[in-house]
Amino acid sequence: MAISSQDTAIRTGRITRTFIYLVLMLFALFYMLPLYVMVVNSLKPLSEITGGGMMALPQVWTIEPWLKAWSTAQVGVQATGLKPYFLNSILMVVPAVAISTMLGALNGYVLTKWRFKGDTLLFGFMLFACFIPFQIVLIPMAMVLGKLGISGTTAGLVLVHVVYGIGFTTLYFRNYYTVFPTELVRAAQIDGAGFFQIFWRILLPSSGPIAVVSVIWQFTNIWNDFIFGASFASGNGAPMTVALNNLVQSSTGVKEFNIHFAGAILAAFPTLLVYIVAGRYFVRGLMAGSVKG
Amino acid sequence: MTIAQSGMDSRTRLQGWLPKLVLSPSVAMVFVFVYGFILFTVYVSFTDSRILPFVGKSGEPAFDLIGLSNYQKLFKLSHWEIALTNMGVFAGLYIIICTVIGLFLAILLDQKIRGEGVLRPLYLYPMALSFIVTGTAWKWFLDPGIGVESIIHTWGWESFSFDWIKNRDFAIYTIVMAAVWQTSGFVMAMFLAGLRGIDNEMLKAAQIDGASNWNLYRRIIIPQLRPAFLSAFVILAHLAIKTFDLVIAMTSGGPGRATELPATFMYSYTFGRNQMGIGSSSAVIMLMTIAAIMVPYLYSELRERK
Repeated sequence: MAISSQDTAIRTGRITRTFIYLVLMLFALFYMLPLYVMVVNSLKPLSEITGGGMMALPQVWTIEPWLKAWSTAQVGVQATGLKPYFLNSILMVVPAVAISTMLGALNGYVLTKWRFKGDTLLFGFMLFACFIPFQIVLIPMAMVLGKLGISGTTAGLVLVHVVYGIGFTTLYFRNYYTVFPTELVRAAQIDGAGFFQIFWRILLPSSGPIAVVSVIWQFTNIWNDFIFGASFASGNGAPMTVALNNLVQSSTGVKEFNIHFAGAILAAFPTLLVYIVAGRYFVRGLMAGSVKG
Repeated sequence: MTIAQSGMDSRTRLQGWLPKLVLSPSVAMVFVFVYGFILFTVYVSFTDSRILPFVGKSGEPAFDLIGLSNYQKLFKLSHWEIALTNMGVFAGLYIIICTVIGLFLAILLDQKIRGEGVLRPLYLYPMALSFIVTGTAWKWFLDPGIGVESIIHTWGWESFSFDWIKNRDFAIYTIVMAAVWQTSGFVMAMFLAGLRGIDNEMLKAAQIDGASNWNLYRRIIIPQLRPAFLSAFVILAHLAIKTFDLVIAMTSGGPGRATELPATFMYSYTFGRNQMGIGSSSAVIMLMTIAAIMVPYLYSELRERK
């Protein structure tokens, strides 16, 4: 599903081409606009924003909004800045991504190389779970997390994200292993290799690309999650998205827009970085999630 | 000899069970945390419960079964009616505009564009952002006090007015704007992949027959993009129904209830007003809507590949 360029049969004249480039540039501006607004306004004093200068470059450049957003801004009731919540998100994302990707790899392996009656139906059930509106599980999940004693903790959120992430990770690995030659697996079996040996020695070494896709997809989804974070960890255990929302919505005092913008970039930074470094894999993950082929 | 053989047997038997054993934790999790929880929420929607965890001080259940009356109440609530109407407006515009922009950009990008490698990631990066980030950026950019309106004022057009995000009649369109900004690039990528998969020979043959570009697209190319249209529709429809964070970040459902959607309705009834029964019934309606779209789609996708 890679989008590589190829020779098109369509031919266009010079005027049409100029027009096409113009339109494409305009759309590029449209997509860049909010990012420009966030960056530019996070680097200027508040007075320059409230004076109607949102589109202008800073007259006085300052990184103070960034420092404040990171370490001293009022988030909810405490003036801790976003730093502790950023760490919460890291502590949540790393184990949740690792566990869900490992489970997805094993599931994909079983579902393609050790097929059994009803495996497609089972996979269908796992896949549908990716698309449910999470409102349908919020109430029982709140109860179960309470019963387990991990309500409001990062551990609770890790559990939640693993559970609702394995559908996608299983999908990725299943699609990837489907085209992996089953003869190799059978040959290894005849040579006496066991279930895990085949997985470790034969499938896993060639799973690099799909593991990257899975890790990136899970990382982006879990980092960007809001509803679970807001429902199950709204206090000190809140992830970055919830903290950013609290920062922006806080109704006390002057609205410090420059700090809000700096905070928004901080919240966007990890996923943007992943996108810049490995955008190709990110797109592949998106496409596999939509065009299941 | 026989001992060794029976040892072999139990090993092979273990090997036979191992795959299912490895799969079982995931299957168990999905069946408990997804399908079990769905059944539980359906059950709650048939009760008049208001508190968590549904038991009184001495352990007796703090609710009664009341059949479908939560659903009857739900559909009499003007609040829910507003949420549904908003959903219709939002989903309709969001799906149509994203599809149109996505297809348009994909067709333009497919004309051997120099710099395609630069433009494509620029169109797609919003997909990597959290809706809370998107919402924050658009909330302040559209704010009449500091955003577009005030910018145009400082540029000299003093009477210019753009207060949609604060205006009950127009606020929902600002949510559409931000949502389109976030996902239209993704739809573009889906159509572009579709376009690149079309056989060129047929196009060349049609061209020799004198077909114009317009006719090539209208009669040959676009009809062949059917699968991409279907995928785009399914993905966009399910994203529209799940839209929650963006509204919370931009308007919190306001002004008044002007941008309330089913997802925000469920949240505020369940956690804000402790109306578990009503909240659950609204969640069930959301699930059924998504299932009506996703189940046939997933069924056909999984069947084809056998």
